[in-house]
Amino acid sequence: MALLGRACLLLALAVCVYGIGASLYGVRTGRSEWSESGRRAVYALAGILTVAFAVLEIAFLRDDFGFNTVAGTSSSTTPTFYKAAAVWSSQEGSLLLWAWLLSLWSSLVLFLTRRRLRDVAAYATAVLLGFGGFFVSLMVFYATPFATTSPAPADGVGLDPLLRHPSMMIHPPMLYSGYTLCTIPLAFGIGALLARRVDAEWIRATRRFAFAAWFFLGIGILLGARWSYAELGWGGYWGWDPVENASLMPWLTATAFLHSLMIQEKRGMLKMWNVSLVLATGTLAIMGTFLVRSGILSSIHAFGGATLGVPFVTLIAVLVAASIYLVVSRRDMLRTEHRLDSLLSRESIFLANNIVLVALCFVIFWGTYFPLISEAFTGQAASVGPPWFDRYTVPLALVLVLLSGIGPVIAWRRATLANARKNFVAPLLVAAATLIALIGAGIGAKPFAIAMFCCAAFVLGSVGQEFFRGVRARRAMAREPAPTALMALIRRNRRRYGGYIVHIGMATLFVGVAASSSFQHASELGLSRGQSTKVGAYTIRYVRPTATITPKDDRAHTGATLSLGAVLDVTKRGRHVATLRPSEGFYDSGDPSQGSVGHFIGGQAVSHVSMSAGVTRDVWTAIAPDISTPQLKRVIDIGNKTIPLVRPDEGLLAIAYMARAYLQNPPQAQFHFIVSPLVMWIWIGGFIGFAGGLIAIWPAPSTVRRRVAVRSSARAARSRLQRA
Amino acid sequence: MSISIALATVVLLAVVVLVVSAPLRAAGRALDPESQEAGGRHAARESAADRAELETAREAKYREIRDAELDYRTGKLSREDYDAVDRALRAEAIEILDRLEAPEEDCPKPRAS
Repeated sequence: MALLGRACLLLALAVCVYGIGASLYGVRTGRSEWSESGRRAVYALAGILTVAFAVLEIAFLRDDFGFNTVAGTSSSTTPTFYKAAAVWSSQEGSLLLWAWLLSLWSSLVLFLTRRRLRDVAAYATAVLLGFGGFFVSLMVFYATPFATTSPAPADGVGLDPLLRHPSMMIHPPMLYSGYTLCTIPLAFGIGALLARRVDAEWIRATRRFAFAAWFFLGIGILLGARWSYAELGWGGYWGWDPVENASLMPWLTATAFLHSLMIQEKRGMLKMWNVSLVLATGTLAIMGTFLVRSGILSSIHAFGGATLGVPFVTLIAVLVAASIYLVVSRRDMLRTEHRLDSLLSRESIFLANNIVLVALCFVIFWGTYFPLISEAFTGQAASVGPPWFDRYTVPLALVLVLLSGIGPVIAWRRATLANARKNFVAPLLVAAATLIALIGAGIGAKPFAIAMFCCAAFVLGSVGQEFFRGVRARRAMAREPAPTALMALIRRNRRRYGGYIVHIGMATLFVGVAASSSFQHASELGLSRGQSTKVGAYTIRYVRPTATITPKDDRAHTGATLSLGAVLDVTKRGRHVATLRPSEGFYDSGDPSQGSVGHFIGGQAVSHVSMSAGVTRDVWTAIAPDISTPQLKRVIDIGNKTIPLVRPDEGLLAIAYMARAYLQNPPQAQFHFIVSPLVMWIWIGGFIGFAGGLIAIWPAPSTVRRRVAVRSSARAARSRLQRA
Repeated sequence: MSISIALATVVLLAVVVLVVSAPLRAAGRALDPESQEAGGRHAARESAADRAELETAREAKYREIRDAELDYRTGKLSREDYDAVDRALRAEAIEILDRLEAPEEDCPKPRAS
């Protein structure tokens, strides 16, 4: 099977090289059959990589430990659904996933544009196959997922315990879909520049893919944040980690592009800005992929291998140089023919929004790559922490949220001051009422959080007003009941109202972020059985210890040999609120030098968080049990001396004895308690935002009608326009 | 096992060659010296691309007209502003339609407005 996988990779590389040559030859000579052949090379690439991916997936599901990747990231005891996800937990498997997803999305866009954009699509085909060829080359020459060892080991190492979380099933595919989708507008942007066809048509053809990139990248980021919050023992959802930042940067530039492309579509303006944003988004997506694989910056999410740094740096350098050359050499045709009609127009607000988004991206870029920058200039790698990021990103986020409330109530092209004043009354009243309520409730000590709440209230006010007025107008025209009018309004203006829902979602998300980071109560302390502590308004009592051993009690499929934890009773003013069960899993190191018993718990120790989540607050707990007490150490020492390595069952008995000893006489354990308000609204806001994104991305029913209308005579359309 | 894998590889290779070379084989069968003339094909492609650009511009203009109407109905544009914007947009749309109707040789490059 590994042979078939390797053959697929070689064939895929050959197809990429051929497809690039055929597409370029076709477009340069005007022989469309060659361009068509190049396009079909992308379909073939998708087919070949599907076979390759299936080969690897089957190897994981069949526990074929002859594959080095399977032996390194799975084991016979790994639950089946984690085995399926373990494919992308390794460097090699994730490269294959990346290339496979790229080939699928590329096939889709090229199929949809097969009768349009002939020259642009031919160049884009070459660029997309260039990316495909790059990733396949990495798998052929640097990190093949089909490397084998003979004889095969009896069992594998198992999946990294930190990755045993349900979101790991979908987080990487979402993120990689986002990254690969970012390369599609990039490829078409380069194609448009090379073909010298920089009008809005290439934007129209790839707009949905840019939206899909934004959508998938956003879901991937949110799932990553959720994983961090629910799985990692530090209690946060965003730590300004380099890899987190790397995924956020292309998302920000994609967001900017999704706003500014409307100006090019409507007004033919911002051509240079849009193509630059698309090139930047694609390049940042590649940089994000590079960051995870290069090992140049330390991150909990990185693969750590440094072997892929040079090829990626070369690719990024080529991308940046080509982008700059193309934009500069085509600057005449990218020049806009129009100017803004009025500073008080939606175009101006979109421009301001773009500037803020790009500024945010620049700040994050600087903070993320600062260790490299400082090392280049001073010889020492100095990093910046969350307070540095917060200092710059918080004010920018405030302005961004405010703009997302202003945009919906300003008209395209021109708006008069009188109209603007009228439209701002209701949103400002909502914001003012929020401010008064917050001050009345005694929450005034956190100015940034208060400002964010007021800005979010302003957004809710302005978007709510838009929905209200839209429904009212619709009802006046069609005499429909309000719910029908609302549905019809959204259905007929999906981009506009889907976008407004995204604004509500993002405002909600920022409320969650502001509240949970500003009004959080946290405590780290040691507790013995029966002791209590106060965290915020909550009293938490350590009721009793818990201990479970694998595989008997491993209902959560943690894979830990031994899990030690606690039952905690959470009360508020004497009333029971929740019972929490945090634990810490101790994993097999597989290292015989730790002894026949010691190796069972000598590997990674992973915290399993327990929380009570609600719409008003989350009570989050983690535990770090102490297994270095003389009593527990004695069990391990005696077991190591008396039980031979070849008798693992007896070794596990010793672990069970140790668990019982822990239950009978639990030592003081270290606890981490966090009470955060409104965390739930981060996830709810994300859900609302992406639901709005889905509405906006969904093809409007009128598209079908318009396609029919295209065939009707332009003369008839002209007479309709003149009559109106 | 290795024979079946070799066979699978050969089958995959054959399928790939068939899929990728299909347009070339089809073009070879339908070879027409006059239609293969490079200059003619280039001009036809340019014309088709110009037309596609104009159709994109027309769709965008229609959307802009609808958006302006929605802006007016939701109170973001005064009657006077709406009338002025709508008049300008319809004039621009008619200009695009005129270009779409023009004979192909007279068809000027589309201009965003």
